[in-house]
Amino acid sequence: MDQFTLNLLFVGASFALYIGIAIWARAGSTSEFYAAGRGVHPVTNGMATAADWMSAASFISMAGLIAFTGYDNSSFLMGWTGGYVLLALLLAPYLRKFGKFTVSEFIGDRFYSPTARLVAVICLLVASITYVIGQMQGVGIAFGRFLEIDAFWGLLIGACVVFAYAVFGGMKGVTYTQVAQYCVLITAYTIPAVFISLQLTGTPIPALGLFGEHTASGEPLLAKLDAIVTDLGFKEYTAAHGSTINMVLFTLSLMIGTAGLPHVIMRFFTVPKVSDARWSAGWTLVFIALLYLTAPAVGAMARLNISDLMWPNGTGGEAVSVEQIETDPEYAWMATWQKTGLLDWEDKNGDGKIQYYNDANADLQAKAAEKGWQGNELTKFNRDILVLANPEIASLPGWVIGLVAAGGLAAALSTAAGLLLAISSAVSHDLLKGQLTPNMSERNELLAARISMAAAIVVAVLLGLNPPGFAAQTVALAFGLAAASIFPALMMGIFSTRINNSGAVAGMLAGLVVTLLYIFLHKGWFFIPDTNSFTDADPLLGPVKSTSFGAIGALVNFIVAYVVSGMTKETPEHIKALVASVRVPRGAGAAVDGH
Amino acid sequence: MSENDESNAYWSANVRLIQISLIVWALVSFGFGIILRPMLSGISVGGADLGFWFAQQGSILVFLVLIFFYAWRMNKLDVEHGVEEE
Repeated sequence: MDQFTLNLLFVGASFALYIGIAIWARAGSTSEFYAAGRGVHPVTNGMATAADWMSAASFISMAGLIAFTGYDNSSFLMGWTGGYVLLALLLAPYLRKFGKFTVSEFIGDRFYSPTARLVAVICLLVASITYVIGQMQGVGIAFGRFLEIDAFWGLLIGACVVFAYAVFGGMKGVTYTQVAQYCVLITAYTIPAVFISLQLTGTPIPALGLFGEHTASGEPLLAKLDAIVTDLGFKEYTAAHGSTINMVLFTLSLMIGTAGLPHVIMRFFTVPKVSDARWSAGWTLVFIALLYLTAPAVGAMARLNISDLMWPNGTGGEAVSVEQIETDPEYAWMATWQKTGLLDWEDKNGDGKIQYYNDANADLQAKAAEKGWQGNELTKFNRDILVLANPEIASLPGWVIGLVAAGGLAAALSTAAGLLLAISSAVSHDLLKGQLTPNMSERNELLAARISMAAAIVVAVLLGLNPPGFAAQTVALAFGLAAASIFPALMMGIFSTRINNSGAVAGMLAGLVVTLLYIFLHKGWFFIPDTNSFTDADPLLGPVKSTSFGAIGALVNFIVAYVVSGMTKETPEHIKALVASVRVPRGAGAAVDGH
Repeated sequence: MSENDESNAYWSANVRLIQISLIVWALVSFGFGIILRPMLSGISVGGADLGFWFAQQGSILVFLVLIFFYAWRMNKLDVEHGVEEE
């Protein structure tokens, strides 16, 4: 059986599993999908939340970004896990006690203002749509690879599949489907990592292998990797190269953003008890950590394998020949990925070999002049393909490759569909029914939900054609937006009675606007190329890149909210009583719908 | 009034616990993983240094411990102050 059929088989089987579980679980209960988490054990809920949370950015993109940058991209690892500490300590138990279903409902009630609720919905929409763009990139790459077509067509086909998947309805709400998706995703991520760790270090646990010994050379793996990449003129893998301030701000933005993402917070509204909300955040992080502790090993080991393949005789020997790339089955993955347009090579100096090195490095330029190289010949290597290509790079069996394809799609589809549902419920439930047309019939609400879902996916595809970065970087922008707008409002709403309606509205707007402005100034207006005034290589504010601005946006939000609250009327007594009741677990009933 | 004092005591105990937890949270990630890394560079961990290990592994493990510690401590605090769920 060829690889193409095997991939289809794995992807098809995993989809059949999800749909089967959805049908089976639905037959048992017809309760509304919001309440899917109620009565579910914290461990199960944690697993489902982990599947909801880990998207194309975590699965497909992150390890690739770490592989090609090394230490500097550790921010993704710390940021996307550290946010759960904030969520567990500062938000989850209190929002559960509050007992409504959506984030904007909490903001509307706590700040006794329909305007605050409206602004919260707008913030949520901006962050979620940016997030969907990143997911669509991942979906495009995954479909492009396993159908062996250009990533652009992969994106279009993927968009149709995501749409069908989201419209299929309660899919996302069914906790057990997500549990199945988590199992597929984590198996698909871990198995190749274990194989590769065994090949390179003899240790079956990748996280230990990363700090273990490289069997072939007898040196520590990371020391070996450092030596190879510096030989090729790239930056040392384990050293810090970027600005410390930027790294701190970037990590902080990802952390705050995690705790401000509505589709994650929503899951903690529906656990049975306040104490369960605390445990549930912990279990979610356990299941996320299984992938996140493995990811840096996947990145480092893949980088080592790629360098080895390109320089089979060591960095001092001859480079791989074009003939070997075209005929040796070990290199077959390069031809398949070339079809997606995301990987490419060119024998510039016509010596029949492909030299892979950093041609911007002065030492290597001198070496190149001496050896007659005319620039780096591995001309294109999109970071987002690394995880999907990884099992092929390491020559693992065909079924592992099929499994990884299924896992990548599970990650991208579950999150993309979940986000589309969050967007559509924000538009139809919070915006139309809650604000503009309260008398709308249920049929029309459902219709509005479908239309807004379709509109969101069209916008995401259009903006996804010119993505502002690799998938995880696009997603990082979404986190910056959530960090600057939603998180401060929620935190102040719980921890301060001083912040009033005007303060919250002004704070959210200020945070959202400055962050969006900073992103557009660096990434182009609506991400349209060449409309940017600055670049992330030379940002407006010293070392602060657009992906790191969320933390500053959050600070602006806090300051504006305090200043404006200080100048306007004090919070009324009944709201202070509401805050006091949110702070103690006693008296928490089941979550209720606000309408 | 006494009920009010009790809930104030509960809240300040909670806030204190959150502060301590967040100091640890920041120390392992922003501290050991980023800012203090140069100071820890003498301690080597399998081909890299302690700061690198904290940035890619250690901070995640500490985060896990923190959340479970907080949940355990708070659920006890709820009972001590008589504000646990019925």
